[in-house]
Amino acid sequence: MEGGFRVTQAGPMQQHLKTSRPASPPLPMNTATLPISQTQESVEARARPVPPAPRERAGNAFADILFTNLTRAAALLVFSLLAAIMLSLVAGSGMSIMKFGPAFLWNAEWDPVQQNFGALVPIFGTLVTAAIAMIIAVPVSFGIALFLTELSPKWLKRPLGTAIELLAAIPSIIYGMWGLFVFSPLFMEYVQPFMIKTFGAIPGVGLLFGGPPMGIGMFTAGLILSIMVIPFITAVMRDVFDLVPPMLKESAYGLGGTTWEVMYQVVLPYTKVGVVGGVMLGLGRALGETMAVTFVIGNAHQLSPSLFAPGNSIASALANEFTEAVGDLYSSALIELGLILFLITIVVLAFSKLMLSRLARQEGARS
Amino acid sequence: MNTVAEPIAASSPTGALPSKLMVNDLNFYYGGFHALRNVSLAIPEKCVTAFIGPSGCGKSTLLRTFNRMFELYPEQRAEGEIMMNGENLLTTKRDVGLLRAQVGMVFQKPTPFPMSIYDNIAFGIKLFESLNRSEMEDRVEWALSKAALWNEVKDKLKQSGNGLSGGQQQRLCIARAIAIKPQVLLMDEPCSALDPISTGYIEELITELKKDYTVVIVTHNMQQAARASDFTAYMYLGELIEFGKTDDIFVQPKKKQTEDYITGRFG
Amino acid sequence: MSAVLNTAISEDNPIYKSRRLKNRVLMGVSLAMLIYGLAWLAWILATLLWEGASALRPSILTQMTPPPGAKDGGLANAIWGSLMMVGAGTLIGTPVGVLAGTYLAEFGRGSWLASSTRFLNDMLLSAPSIIIGLFVYTVYVAQVRHFSGWAGALALALIVIPVVVRTTDDMLKLVPNSVREAAVALGCPLWKMVTMVCYRAARAGIMTGVLLAIARVSGETAPLLFTALNNQFFNSNMNAPMANLPVVIFQFAMSPYEDWQRLAWGGAALITAAVLLLNIVARFILSRSK
Repeated sequence: MEGGFRVTQAGPMQQHLKTSRPASPPLPMNTATLPISQTQESVEARARPVPPAPRERAGNAFADILFTNLTRAAALLVFSLLAAIMLSLVAGSGMSIMKFGPAFLWNAEWDPVQQNFGALVPIFGTLVTAAIAMIIAVPVSFGIALFLTELSPKWLKRPLGTAIELLAAIPSIIYGMWGLFVFSPLFMEYVQPFMIKTFGAIPGVGLLFGGPPMGIGMFTAGLILSIMVIPFITAVMRDVFDLVPPMLKESAYGLGGTTWEVMYQVVLPYTKVGVVGGVMLGLGRALGETMAVTFVIGNAHQLSPSLFAPGNSIASALANEFTEAVGDLYSSALIELGLILFLITIVVLAFSKLMLSRLARQEGARS
Repeated sequence: MNTVAEPIAASSPTGALPSKLMVNDLNFYYGGFHALRNVSLAIPEKCVTAFIGPSGCGKSTLLRTFNRMFELYPEQRAEGEIMMNGENLLTTKRDVGLLRAQVGMVFQKPTPFPMSIYDNIAFGIKLFESLNRSEMEDRVEWALSKAALWNEVKDKLKQSGNGLSGGQQQRLCIARAIAIKPQVLLMDEPCSALDPISTGYIEELITELKKDYTVVIVTHNMQQAARASDFTAYMYLGELIEFGKTDDIFVQPKKKQTEDYITGRFG
Repeated sequence: MSAVLNTAISEDNPIYKSRRLKNRVLMGVSLAMLIYGLAWLAWILATLLWEGASALRPSILTQMTPPPGAKDGGLANAIWGSLMMVGAGTLIGTPVGVLAGTYLAEFGRGSWLASSTRFLNDMLLSAPSIIIGLFVYTVYVAQVRHFSGWAGALALALIVIPVVVRTTDDMLKLVPNSVREAAVALGCPLWKMVTMVCYRAARAGIMTGVLLAIARVSGETAPLLFTALNNQFFNSNMNAPMANLPVVIFQFAMSPYEDWQRLAWGGAALITAAVLLLNIVARFILSRSK
């Protein structure tokens, strides 16, 4: 998880707006050779920088080339990292891909003994826990962002915002431990029975809330994930809400609108591109989260309609089984799981980035 | 709720005209900065009153006290009286949302909401009235006609407001403001972002609108004030220097300061 | 239709009243959401304080990870291993990150490499860290056929890089052009202008980025699971599996042994304290520079 600083996907957009540097041509290499006017006073002449001697000038030019290429190399390295990761994952899952083919995706078996592996259970767990996380986190984040933008007194905004961002700073393993040892027992004892009784009785939907109360399970994992992604979504929402021109909000207030109406009917539609980007960012994080989920999801390779049942996510399967995987096929199957997760998250994160870049361009064009 | 006409002394520049808004000893602060100093004037009903003055003189600040828009910003505060319909707008117990619906505002830049033209107009109406489909359509048509925009948009009501030209968007904002039938219409440099032709349309519109609404317009364009308004208030550095009939102010200003500004001795 | 006084704008209007009520309720809900978020934070921190307090004895720093069932023991080797790997990872990742960020902000303006790198970097920033671990495993650990501290450090470096690239890029972009032009007008060569003028101007921000990257990797478990693995003993050899706090916490917490679990809480409290401290210091540096 991120440090507490607001290094959100909205960051570059903000900075772009603040600086909006004009597109100037690259600086010429020979700027080191400005001549001194011969008619200066001697005092001023002494204080002026002397142009470097020819050898030094050549040295500087060489240093410039070296430096710029060094930075370019570093950028190339970063550029190729994503592709390198993809390639290595494809290479590592080669054996599994060839053995199981596309059926890997819907095979619900995970049998190390028979060497029959299928991704359905982990994919299901990943998607369900992420969905639960988003269903909870998005409205909560909107509520927090609304409060911090419109309702909070000025002196409270910074400390409250920092406090929410601290949620992102807490390492994932802490969430896992707290979830397993502190939250789950209480959840199992006091909340789950109540939920099973009330929601479980509703026909149809009740299937989602069936089963014995265990504390851990997919719902718990989803709930803890939701807490972890709230700071990311809230941060992006706050950033985009701050970009709304005050005149637009004043127009809505000016007609007699209430704060809710202004936020929901005017601000939210105006910022919807950014909001979607932020939500996608949260989703990307939720999909890839490992340690918190591993502690509380129950690590059971089973499919169940009940949200309270234990399950598995791709990340938790990897975390639990990779170091003990015996046999190349087992490892390869796990790497293929990793590849699937990588592909899903990359698509979601790319979508998020596209939304936020589009917003940046819109804002740039508007201003 | 009745419109109570405030009686005026015969010696006031507005003569025997009833005033819609009576400002008494208004002071305004941005934090520690004293932006409006003891401003008192009477805005006459169903006329166009213009606030003119150099940048920073407080004309927009004064305008924005009339619908308490400044309350969105905690460092800004106003002290004094603004009487409308027998109550002090600044201290009334009534919800500020009600007040704002009665005192409409149009801003410097067009601010269409991110929704269709139809929904832009309907937004304000739905806040207070529940009209059925045909009643709402009639009202939308009425508002857009009043704003001289109906013919241009009647076939594209469902399209986004952002697709219109600048002048059209501003007329949309005017239509949106009058759709809820306010008593007063505040206009804060409404033409500053528009081309001369659109500006002309809107000035014509203002002359029409004053038949039904009390209009207060802030403008940095003196010629516009001379063309479009009945009464003019000249402000400088937070003080009301002179207020009177537009013709009087521009032809024979009583104060030297006013004369200096009008003749362009300073900007 | 004339502009008759709009009688609908009154306090008795039922539409108005229900809207007002709805607004009040929803504003209350908004506050409740804030309290909801803060409550979790408070609960987690309180838990760490409570559970960690009993485990945080000086012995945690001096003794090694014990075998199960032993009555005492500490986390010294794990702490040391973490320090070494976080340190090495930061030392590897920061220069790469700063240089790449410099390219994005200074030299790459308008180039396809810069804009695509920025895009890909932001995706890396949020990519699952377990995949990073898997990547280092397949390209390094599997090739040399053993786990090692270097592998762990490499995985951490790959997490440090996107954070540092991003903050360096952002902070350098904030340096006003006038400063650059002034330097160049004095005859300053490009590389000096960037390293001596721009870096100095953006110094606080870049340092903040590095500190936040350190804070982030200090708590990362997943990338170390298949790279550094773990080690029961004290080990300074980066070429061998190294004990580290997060993996030890994972192992101990998931075990049935109470003493191990106690130590796990102690370790958790330590990590969180370090991470929060780094965050506070980073913010302090950034606000001081403004």
